[in-house]
Amino acid sequence: MADLPTATERFINGILPENPVYRQLLGLCPTLAVTNSLNAAITMAGAVGFVLLCANVITSLIRNLLKPHLRIVVFTLTIATFVTIADRFLAAYLYQMSKTLGPYIPLIIVNCIIICRCEVCASKQSPLVAATDAIGQSLGFGLALSSIAAIREILGAGSLFGLRVMPAAWPDWTIMVLPPGAFFTFGLLLGTVNWIVTRKGAKKSQRRERSSP
Amino acid sequence: MKPIDDTDPAAPVIQVSPSPHLVQSASSTRRMMVDVLIGMVPVVAMSLFVFRGYALFQLAVCLVACLLAELLFVKMRGRASTLKDGSAIVTGVILAMSLPGTAPWYVGTIAAFVAIGIGKTIFGGVGMNLFNPAMVGRAFVMISFAGAMAASGFEDVRSAVDAISQATPMNAYKMNGVVAPLSELFWGTTNGSLGETSALACLLGGFYLVIRRTASWEIPAGLFVAILVFGGVADLAGHADGWTVLHHILGGSLLFGVFFIATDPVSSPLTPKGKFIFGLGTGMLIMLFRFFSGYPEGVMFAVLLMNALTPLINRWTIPTPFGGQ
Repeated sequence: MADLPTATERFINGILPENPVYRQLLGLCPTLAVTNSLNAAITMAGAVGFVLLCANVITSLIRNLLKPHLRIVVFTLTIATFVTIADRFLAAYLYQMSKTLGPYIPLIIVNCIIICRCEVCASKQSPLVAATDAIGQSLGFGLALSSIAAIREILGAGSLFGLRVMPAAWPDWTIMVLPPGAFFTFGLLLGTVNWIVTRKGAKKSQRRERSSP
Repeated sequence: MKPIDDTDPAAPVIQVSPSPHLVQSASSTRRMMVDVLIGMVPVVAMSLFVFRGYALFQLAVCLVACLLAELLFVKMRGRASTLKDGSAIVTGVILAMSLPGTAPWYVGTIAAFVAIGIGKTIFGGVGMNLFNPAMVGRAFVMISFAGAMAASGFEDVRSAVDAISQATPMNAYKMNGVVAPLSELFWGTTNGSLGETSALACLLGGFYLVIRRTASWEIPAGLFVAILVFGGVADLAGHADGWTVLHHILGGSLLFGVFFIATDPVSSPLTPKGKFIFGLGTGMLIMLFRFFSGYPEGVMFAVLLMNALTPLINRWTIPTPFGGQ
């Protein structure tokens, strides 16, 4: 079997090098839909993080019992269990937020980041690796969501976490908290991340050329 | 294929490109842009005459912001400066003429940066944009700053300029059913976006562009057919209560949009048949928005929607080569 990444590598990869949103372009539905305020984005990232961690650990524990042709069904059922827990928890303790997020919490069941991590990591590696992988990917997802949400909330409503941060004269760019703003912000940030990665890659290959005789 | 930069003196004299050879060496980007600017002269002059300081202010804001944006974004892409081809100036003038005179400075500035940045540079610069840049910028600020850009934003009762202190004819009709006299719409002494008020000025500039073939005649033709048919049906059905087909043509930004925005050669179809379909579709959407939407005017959204259909129209209307099947 090919060498799979270690726990530390999995953790680091999840945050930036294999960031689920900016590098893998997975889980774009919540990325575009719930990032019009930082509160909603962080709640969503927290819910996804909880589900991802639990689903990854459970999948990893039962990985030797999985039958190849039934594995996706098992993943989905496992995920659905934890999504239901998260959904009811939010409805009980953060009722207003649960209303705001609406259908996007149940939709975590089909969030491809989680299925992807179950398939790529948890169904092949030990629970410890699966857990660090889940935490790394969740942090990466949270980072992506909150970066988009921060820009949209500042420009679109002049606030962060619902608190006014821009001067009173700031004209709110209403379009930024509407769906088009999500596409603009995500596209521009994705371009910026790509630009940084390409530049880094170019520098690295230059260094390699210089060091080789 | 690498685009040939015809402003570069070292560029090859003979251009080898696949047919159709629509771009002759004489009709460079720069020549077209200068033509559009000449076509805009009556419109700009009329807006300066009616709106005075307001028009001057918007022109200055939009031109400076568009040129700065072009400079900045072209530099970011690491390309040679494209300021000389005049496309940024044309975008700036069209944008300024499509804004209300009373709009604050940040509206024009943000619209200009969105127009050049998101409308044009992101798609690969001049000639590659899917949507009309000026309208992308205007749509952005229209949705963002509803207070400054919606119908009530046009009015300022304390203003010394007569036109500014009235409601726009489109809005007066939409809200209160007041029908503006045709002569006012024709000469352009009403309130509205700076360049749209005078039907005469738009017609003069538009005819110049069509005669110079900088703007193709098929788009206005298709558009007028659609307006006449739908407006005529509405007239006959008694829907219009005084706002006739002629009001539809002379009022609002229809004539300005037809000649200066819909005819943008980059974001409209290539074939004559396609251009006619494009005009028809734009006209139908304008009438749809005017009759049934919450906005009093729909030229901008109609043009943007048809821009999105342009690749499809191009594919539908590929001409059969002589002897082909």
